[in-house]
Amino acid sequence: MKIVVAIKQVPERDAPIHIAADGRWIEEGDLNYTINEPDAYALEEALQLKEKQGDAEVVVVSAGPERVQSTLREALAKGADRAIHIECDDLSTRDTLGVAQVLAETIKAESPDLILTGLQSDDLGLGQTGVVLAELLGIPHATIILQVEFSGAGLKVKRELEDGWFQHVEMPLPALLTIQSGGNKLRYATLMGIKKAKTKELKTVLAAEASAAATISMERVYLPEKQKKTEMLTGSPQEIAAKIVEKLKFEVRVI
Amino acid sequence: MSGVLVVMEQRSGAWNRMSFEALAAGQQLAAKLGAECSAAVVGSDPGALATELSSKKLKKAFAVQHALLGIYTSDGYVAALEQLIKEENPDFVLLPHTYQVRDYAPALATRFQQVLISDVIGIRTEDDRADSPIFVRQLLQGKLNADYRHIPPGPCFVSIQAGTFRADAVEDGTAATETFSPRLSPDQIRNKPGEPFRESSHTVDLTAAPVIVSVGRGIGEEGNLPIVEELAKALGAELAASRPICDNGWLPMERQVGSSGQTVSPKLYVAIGISGAIQHLVGMKGSKAVLAINKDENAPIFEIADYGVAGDLFEIVPELTKAIQTAKS
Repeated sequence: MKIVVAIKQVPERDAPIHIAADGRWIEEGDLNYTINEPDAYALEEALQLKEKQGDAEVVVVSAGPERVQSTLREALAKGADRAIHIECDDLSTRDTLGVAQVLAETIKAESPDLILTGLQSDDLGLGQTGVVLAELLGIPHATIILQVEFSGAGLKVKRELEDGWFQHVEMPLPALLTIQSGGNKLRYATLMGIKKAKTKELKTVLAAEASAAATISMERVYLPEKQKKTEMLTGSPQEIAAKIVEKLKFEVRVI
Repeated sequence: MSGVLVVMEQRSGAWNRMSFEALAAGQQLAAKLGAECSAAVVGSDPGALATELSSKKLKKAFAVQHALLGIYTSDGYVAALEQLIKEENPDFVLLPHTYQVRDYAPALATRFQQVLISDVIGIRTEDDRADSPIFVRQLLQGKLNADYRHIPPGPCFVSIQAGTFRADAVEDGTAATETFSPRLSPDQIRNKPGEPFRESSHTVDLTAAPVIVSVGRGIGEEGNLPIVEELAKALGAELAASRPICDNGWLPMERQVGSSGQTVSPKLYVAIGISGAIQHLVGMKGSKAVLAINKDENAPIFEIADYGVAGDLFEIVPELTKAIQTAKS
């Protein structure tokens, strides 16, 4: 059993956001990067499946510049067996299809039984790379998955629907799943894990040139306009509390 | 056909109401393009739903019909809609940004070597480029907006977030209904979906609460929850949370507000340490009044808050609890 986890490295959640001079992205110089949170859940699911399955291998794959290696090392420290860095300095100029093609090429050569990835990225949030990857590889997929079980020759997964509904889906292998957060509890890397990670294989392969021009383009980023006129309340904590009480009493009328 | 095709969503013969928001978006986009809008509904017997669409201002209402489309599968929907789109050749395909669309629309777009512009919260056109609309999406959990354009040739696939367009803005008119019968075979459909089910008995009905105190990532750790519990108690409010709090198991899933939890519209919604990602906002933006307390003055929650406090929740919330207790006694 071979499980590939496709991971994206994204800016940390609390990262300061400064729009770049060309208005098309944010300043990257002052950013710290981390694993995309839904991908962390995908990795956790893979590690738990390996623990249940016994003879499984977990391979983590990430495309991007050299900095993504730190995120791959962390995944190795948590328990992944080996890592592949797809070196690609122009990732941001490729659209979802272009990124999925880069991933597909490397992952295809691995012939995995199962591919896991997060349901969307914390930065662009297009929520499509996994599904497009499955389509390019010609394998079935299921999205927004909370639980994964091997069942016979295939899988039985629990898929989240809207408004608190769920559904089980049975599917053959090989398959791709996009993992929702909250289906499992994330582990921390142990000191032993961090030590071991240093001896694990981290292979770098070069991404192929983009085969087609992007079909969508992000033209401009900007701070969102306010939809409501927000009354900002300021002062000491006591003053703010008193102001809120006034509002709740006389305007909202809930006290 | 050129123009706009809207793919509506139904389950067991009942519309997903976000479909009509997408339909309104489709009609408005078609009007701006000087083109016509059509709609499609997929199922094993969608004729009655297509007939309902015949009273809308549309060129055509397609009933995409096949016995294998009775229960949703990505394989079935992608194959059926691929055939319809190839035959009708629309410039734009609009879909509601539902869980189902998230499951199949990226694969459908891939069949056309296209990328879905997903989770769109606005459509603009500029006078000098009326044929190339701008689709607005959020980035970085709502901290930024981005303008996207499609690069022709098409079709251009777009999914529309809930609440972006008003369902009651759909224009009435007449439409010719047409049955479209795709070629499908059982071996094309690889997944076997089970019946949808609910897990908890939903003992907590947040939708009925007049006041909700909701807590997010900013609370830091489980041990800090009592300070918001005390505020909720002082206000006589139900306690709710954004997804990460429930993911961590700090509060039960049934207290979650947002696209994967409950949708609420209380008299007052107090958002504490919640940054306001779109998945949360769609669950609470119908609230009559919103008070947000967050350390980041640029947090997107302030875009929809009536009252905002940019500050340390650990200093402000206990003071607020005290002040409310005093005011009530």
